[in-house]
Formats: sequence, C-alpha cells, structure tokens
Amino acid sequence: MSDSAPLLEVEGLRMHFFTREGVVKAVDDVSFRVERGRVLGLVGESGSGKSMTGYSVMGLVDPPGRVVAGRIALGGMDLASLDEKARRKLRGGRIAMIFQDPMMTLNPVLRIDTQMVEAVLAHQPVSRASALQRSREALERVGIPSPDERLRSYPHEFSGGMRQRVAIAIAMLNRPDLIIADEPTTALDVTVQGQILSEMQALCRETGAGLIWITHDLSVIAGLADDVCVMYAGRIVESGPVDEVLDRPMHPYTRALIDSVPSRNTPGRPLAQIRGMAPSPLALDEGCAFRERCARAIDACRAAPPVGSPSARRTLRCVNPAA
Amino acid sequence: MNSAAGDTPLVTEAPAAARSPWRRFASEFAESRIAMAGLLLLAAIVVVAIAAPWLSPQNPYDLAQLDVLDSKLAPGEHSSSTGKPYWLGTDDQGRDMLSGIFYGLRISLSVGIASTAIALAIGLVLGLAAAYFEGWVDTAIMRVADIQLSFPAILIALILLAMMGQGTGKIIAALVTVQWAYYARTVRSAALVERRKEYIEAARALALSQPRILFRHLLPNCLPPLIVVATVQVAHAISLEATLSFLGLGLPITEPSLGLLIANGFQYLLSGKYWISFYPGLALLATIVSINLVADQLRDVLNPRLKR
Amino acid sequence: MNASPPMIEIRGVSKRFEGRVDLAERAARLVRKPASDGSVRALDDVSLEVREREVVGLVGESGCGKSTLGRIVSRILEPSRGELFWQGRPYRDQAGAAARRERLAVQMIFQDPYASLNPRMRVAEIVGEAPVVHGIVPARQRDEYAAELLARVGLDRAAMRRFPHQFSGGQRSRIGIARALAVKPRFLVCDEAVAALDVSIQAQVLNLFIRLREELALTYLFISHDLGVIRHLSDRVVVMYLGRIVESGPTAEVYAKPNHPYTAALIAEVPRIEARHRTYVPIRGEIPSPLAPPSGCHFHPRCPHAFGRCREEAPRLREIAPGRHSACHLNEATP
Repeated sequence: MSDSAPLLEVEGLRMHFFTREGVVKAVDDVSFRVERGRVLGLVGESGSGKSMTGYSVMGLVDPPGRVVAGRIALGGMDLASLDEKARRKLRGGRIAMIFQDPMMTLNPVLRIDTQMVEAVLAHQPVSRASALQRSREALERVGIPSPDERLRSYPHEFSGGMRQRVAIAIAMLNRPDLIIADEPTTALDVTVQGQILSEMQALCRETGAGLIWITHDLSVIAGLADDVCVMYAGRIVESGPVDEVLDRPMHPYTRALIDSVPSRNTPGRPLAQIRGMAPSPLALDEGCAFRERCARAIDACRAAPPVGSPSARRTLRCVNPAA
Repeated sequence: MNSAAGDTPLVTEAPAAARSPWRRFASEFAESRIAMAGLLLLAAIVVVAIAAPWLSPQNPYDLAQLDVLDSKLAPGEHSSSTGKPYWLGTDDQGRDMLSGIFYGLRISLSVGIASTAIALAIGLVLGLAAAYFEGWVDTAIMRVADIQLSFPAILIALILLAMMGQGTGKIIAALVTVQWAYYARTVRSAALVERRKEYIEAARALALSQPRILFRHLLPNCLPPLIVVATVQVAHAISLEATLSFLGLGLPITEPSLGLLIANGFQYLLSGKYWISFYPGLALLATIVSINLVADQLRDVLNPRLKR
Repeated sequence: MNASPPMIEIRGVSKRFEGRVDLAERAARLVRKPASDGSVRALDDVSLEVREREVVGLVGESGCGKSTLGRIVSRILEPSRGELFWQGRPYRDQAGAAARRERLAVQMIFQDPYASLNPRMRVAEIVGEAPVVHGIVPARQRDEYAAELLARVGLDRAAMRRFPHQFSGGQRSRIGIARALAVKPRFLVCDEAVAALDVSIQAQVLNLFIRLREELALTYLFISHDLGVIRHLSDRVVVMYLGRIVESGPTAEVYAKPNHPYTAALIAEVPRIEARHRTYVPIRGEIPSPLAPPSGCHFHPRCPHAFGRCREEAPRLREIAPGRHSACHLNEATP
C-alpha cells in the first residue's frame, strides 16, 4: 500500500434535498477512500444514497439538492475550494462518470465520432485528426469491432450493450484518474454484463485508474471489487476489504442482505428475508435507520450509532453487531 | 436473526392523506402565481358572462332600449334621456358598451365552450377507436383528419358558413368541424402509448370486455393531454368566432359578439372614438390570455416528465 | 409416468411480429424491395409442457422470446402458428361460461410494478373489478373480498382506498398478485415479476410465491433472466435463445451439468457471491438482433465448439437423458 495521498478521499459528506415536504438527507455523513488502481464497491438498495454519493463527488447535484457539508479531495486537492469552471475541467478529464442509461452520455442526434472528438477537444488542445485517432483507439480498447464504421454511426444503431461500451470508451478518452460507474450493467443481459465487467477490469489494470462501482448487486461486487461500502438510508453502515465484509459481515443489514440471496438458501425453501420496508427518507432521525427491521435492535439503537473500527481496515456503524 | 420464513402482514405506511390524483393536481396547479391570477381572471369573466342579464345596466339586444341620440358617447358621459352614466361609452347605435361587452362575453364563451365540448366528444371517440382497432379504421380516420388539418381553419369555416348561413347553431357546427381533428390526433397518440402498458394487458388477461377496457381503463388515462388541448382550443374557438363575426359572417347584428362590436367600431378608430373597438378588444384579449395562462400551467402539471 | 394430461401444453408455437406496413411503405416497396421484411420471429416452433403443481422456470436473455411465450400462454397474444392445450383440450376461442373460466384459470403477474396498475383506479377496484364483472363475487361483497385478498398477500386493509402511486414497488407487486388471485386462477405466469424490485423486497415477494403455491395449489411458469432466482424456485428449467428452446430438464441437474454450450456459458457468467476477484472470460460476440438471426443454430457465431453443420442446420431438441432435452449437434457427433 502506498502511503501517498489516496486518489480520492471523502470525509463527512452530507447532501440534502430541500423539498416542499421537508429535508431529505440523501447522503448522511459518508466517508471513504479510493486508492489508485483499486476498485471500491458502493452497495445499497434504492434510496440508500449510493447514486447520490457518486453525483456529489462529480459535482452534478442540482437544486433542490445541495452538498451541505464534507470534504472531497482528489489527489489531495480539495474539490470544494474550486469554482465551477475548474470543476468542469475535472469532469471528463480527471474524473469520469458512467451512467446506468448510456443515453445519459450519448446525444441521440450526433454521430459517435462527433461526440468523442468533442470530448477530447474539451480537455486537450490537440488537433482533430489526433482526437479522432484517440477515439478510434478507445473504441478498440473496449472491444468494439470495426471501429471506423462505428465512429460514423448514430447511437440508435447500436444495441444496449454496445452503447454502454461506447459510453465507457468516452469516459476513458482522457485517461481519467478516477471513474465513477453508477449501475452501468444493471439493465444489461448477463452475458453482456460479463463482457463489460471484463473490459472495465482490464482497463483499470492497464491505466491504473481508481474505480467506484455503484450497484445493488452484491455478487457483482464480490467478483469485481477490492473494497466495499454498504449503504442504508444515506449512511455507510459497514465498510472494509471485500473478502472480510462478505465472509464475516458484522452489521445486521449486511448479514441479512447476504443471507437473502437465493444462492445462499436451500432451493424450494423460503428465503431468509428482511421484514418490513426501508423507512421513508423524510422520516429519518438520529438513530439507526435499520432498527425497525433489525432482529438485534436494542434501546441504544435509538441514539446515533457511533462509527467504530472493529479492525484495521474496517468501519462499522452499529451498537449491537453480530459478532 | 432474520429467519422469519413466514410473511408478516405489512402495514402500509400512512401517507399524509389519502390524496386522490385530483387533490394532488389542484395543489400542484396552485404553485404558479401567474396561473392562479389567470384562473381568477377567467373565473371573473365566467361569472360576468353568466350573470350578464343582472349585471348589465342595459339589455343591448332590446332595440327598444336603445336611444340613437346617445350614440358615440365617450366613456363616462351621461345619457341624454335617462341621465344614467355610460361607463365605457356607447357605440354608433347607442348601445351601452359595458352591457355589450358583458353579453358579448357570454356569447363568445358559450360558443367557444359548446363547440369545444362537442368537438372533444367526437374527436375522443374517433381517436380512441383509431388507436384501439388500428388497421383500416385507424387509416381512414387519420387520413380524413390529416386532410382537414391541412386546410386553414378560417377557410373551412368560411366555406361552411357561406353554405349554411348565419346563426349560433351553424357557427358552432362550423367550429366543431374545424376542431375535432386536433382531439382525435391527441387522443390517438396518448392511447397508442397507454395501450402498450401492462395494466391494459392485465385487463385483457382478466377477460374484461373490450368496451370496458376502452372506457374504464384506457380513456381516463388519455385525458391529461386532452385537457390541455381542450383548454387552449377554447381560446382558439373564441378567437375564431370573433374573427368570423368581425368579417360579418358570424352572428347576426342584433346579437353582437365581441368580434362584431370590434368590427362596428373599426371605422371610428382613427377619428378619436376609440372606445367602440378598444374595450371589446380588451375584453377579448383578457379572456384569451387568461385561458392560455391556465392552459400553460395545466400542461406543466399534467406532463409526467416534469414530475418531481 | 403420469397418465393425466399436463396442465398446459404448447405444441409447435411460433410467433411472428409483422412490421407495420402502411400505404406509403407499400408503394415504396413496389419500386424496390427492402433487404429484410421487417418482421421479427419472436418464437420459432416451441413446444413445452407444464404439469400440475410444477414450477417451470423459463430463462434467457433479451430477444429469446420468453416474455412473448408467457403472453401467449396467458392468452394476451395469439400465436401465429401452433396449438395450446389446457388440461388436454385445445384453448377455446368462443364466448361462454366454460371458455371464460378457462381464460381466468391462467393469470399473469407483470414485471413493471409501476405500469401494471391502472393509476386512476383505487386498489379496491383494481383487485375487485374482475371478480364482480365475472360473477365470482356479488358487487356488495366486493370490498370484503378485496380485503381478504390483500391480507393474503400481506397488505393492510387500509390499502383499499388508496391509489397505486401511494405505494412502493414491492407493495405494488403485491397488489398485482392480489388482482390475479381474485379470479381464482390455477396457473400463474410470472413474467420477470421480481426483476424490478430491490433485493430485500425480492426475497419477500419470492417467499410469497412459495407460500401461495402451497396454500392455493398453484402451478407456475416463472419467467426470469436471473439464474439464481430460477434455481431457487423451479422444479424444471427451460433455457431459451433467440426464439428457440435450447435446453430443458430438472433444475438441479441442468445447473450441475449443463449440456448446451449456451447454458454452460450462461451459468458460468452469472456473478456469485462466493466468487471473489474474478477474471472474467465472457462469451464473445453480441446477442444477434431478432430481425436477422444467424442461419442454422442461432448460437453458432458465439459458440466455442461450433463446426460446419452448426451453420447449416438448426439442431432439433432431443432427449439426451430421461427428462432432459437439448438442441445441439454435439450430442449427436460420433466420437
């Protein structure tokens, strides 16, 4: 492990939505680190705040949402101290994002080469020819056959998996230091997902970029990530190296999530399930958000659970963990 | 731990209130102050139109009440015979402008709303049929609509009125003929989208009859875009009627609508007696603007893509 | 061997979706014929049986036709060719009480909890409409009946007066299930019924399916792309690719020793929690477009074991072991 500054350091991030019905604490005191060349998995269900965390790091939060507290440092540089112009330079340059829907990246009325060249020229003062060459290489690297023909096509001429690959190629164009991927394979078939995971893995190894992979699928994280953060109702409830967290989960939610996966249960018998539903984001208080559904809940859970460090590289937010 | 193999009955979280789509809609509509102002103005106009007989100082259709000696009086001047003030002046036949405007609003609104309602009913049935049955039904209805929409509305109305003659019923018929195609098209697009949705497939799996699926399931969900179009079309119908009256093809002179009042005063506009055209024109403008403001907010509120 | 007929039997069903050709297009085609006729062969000569009380899992990726097959079984769509049998007798077309009972016996649970409920109807009506229309329950008892059904799927009576938008995805799924149960079906087609739900809610709804199967003696055709869910729920699994069945058999056997190369690749690709720091070796190539499927065996362009015959001749589904079927030329190749 290098002891230089980590690639990305997030501390105490809080992002709130100020709506008519009240304040929604979408991201509530989130802290984590991403090292160069390593993959961090951000795991959670809908409403856990995982996507919003990614958007906050990218600076893509629009009103009525706002980052209200926290430090985001890229390679030691504090992003909050930058103005919008400087942040825009970073986006697509040093930090890139891949979305669940590739059409959030691709403009349906522009050809692929136009979009890619534009992305290059926005960050580097090179010639068009050179930008085009870069684009061609990027498409090859993500495994798209006959790139010259593809460059001249429009997004609607591609299948969903191809579009996502093009979106990844665009993200990789300027050799970013950090890539944030928000559920990019959730809507894709299993075989296509396998291809994309394999390509992302190879790309990160080659370029040494750091990767944050946001998903609800624990199995994907198991295969891809080095470290994992489990989120619930806007907070990180547990984090650590992926092997430790998945083999010895300590937070009751993590445990329950792992136990409810079908492959962990005897076929035909009822699955181990978590009772109840996630709380409404407007109804959250200081205490542990999981206590209504937790079999290990005690009185102390009504107070804000402290963030502990049960071992060197793990964090845990629970007063009554499963040992 | 969490071995609850059985299913515990889930108590649904109590939402703020059992808010029906209508109440939610009303509160979202009220968010825009300009739209509320438009709605208030429109409400005032509607009240005035309905209560015209009681609010007007004079019945402008009753020729016995008109005194031609009072013609072309400026606003605020008094009648030579009765001594009552004419708040907005009189026109060239001695008609009190204020009363004329009240009654004119009445006609404009009733013709506009009636023609819109009838055109909507016809367009709705045809559009739904086109979307649901597809095939030649769809082709036939849509081609007729296309042909009609490619002619200017005014032209069609003029031709029809030239053939049918004057009268309120005939104007409404002409306006209906001009308008039904917009509704048919709008309903058809909405229905084509809704038809593919799974709740319609579920209704089919449940062996519900086709009329039931059409009217109980499909129709209520095609209404939002229709409401927006209908509101704007009321304004359009009103201005179309005013134009026809202005051209002298609308209602008879004895029952002046706003258009006719404007036409009457046209010749005096440049000789200083502006009020004969100006105030009716202002009333027409206010009506149309208020309707459009309401329609704009309706469109925003009913647009699912803008849902927050 | 069971002597009674299977509950549902599908024989040689094909479904073709025609491209919509209007007058203008037809005129254009007189001048020049386009390369493809724009029609999609969603299903190609599919035969399947489901026995009473069985759960058959139908698995495959986009374009395999599983959703289309589900809709044909539940009679939302008509097949272009082929026949369907309910308890040994052909599906009835006519109106009449018996035909209607047959239709109601097969119900469908849909994927999208947001689009599968009429947004302008209250829950009591959504659940209670069909049973009243078909005379299963008299109108004045509608609400009571709906309340019972909601309780059975784990929802409070208070849900009855509310509208779909006031519920979460998992709750809406349950309402959809209650609606299907209201007409007392014997057979449920679940089309990706849990795909759109969060993992923890998925577990709840799957458990609900398991419980209902016992309580109401139901038979399921469970359609999903999620191999883990299929393995958990199904007695038998049927694998589809581009409109054809490529393999079928008892779940445990097929998962343990898949025969068809596509099945093998699919099972190998599925991420598993136990598999850490994987090196992914995916199948090469893309799923072909259903508008222009490859010749012969649809899978041959991507198959690591393809040989000459695979390109020319479509393999037939053959029984390779008792209860197991596979459509691959490799099974016949003489060593």
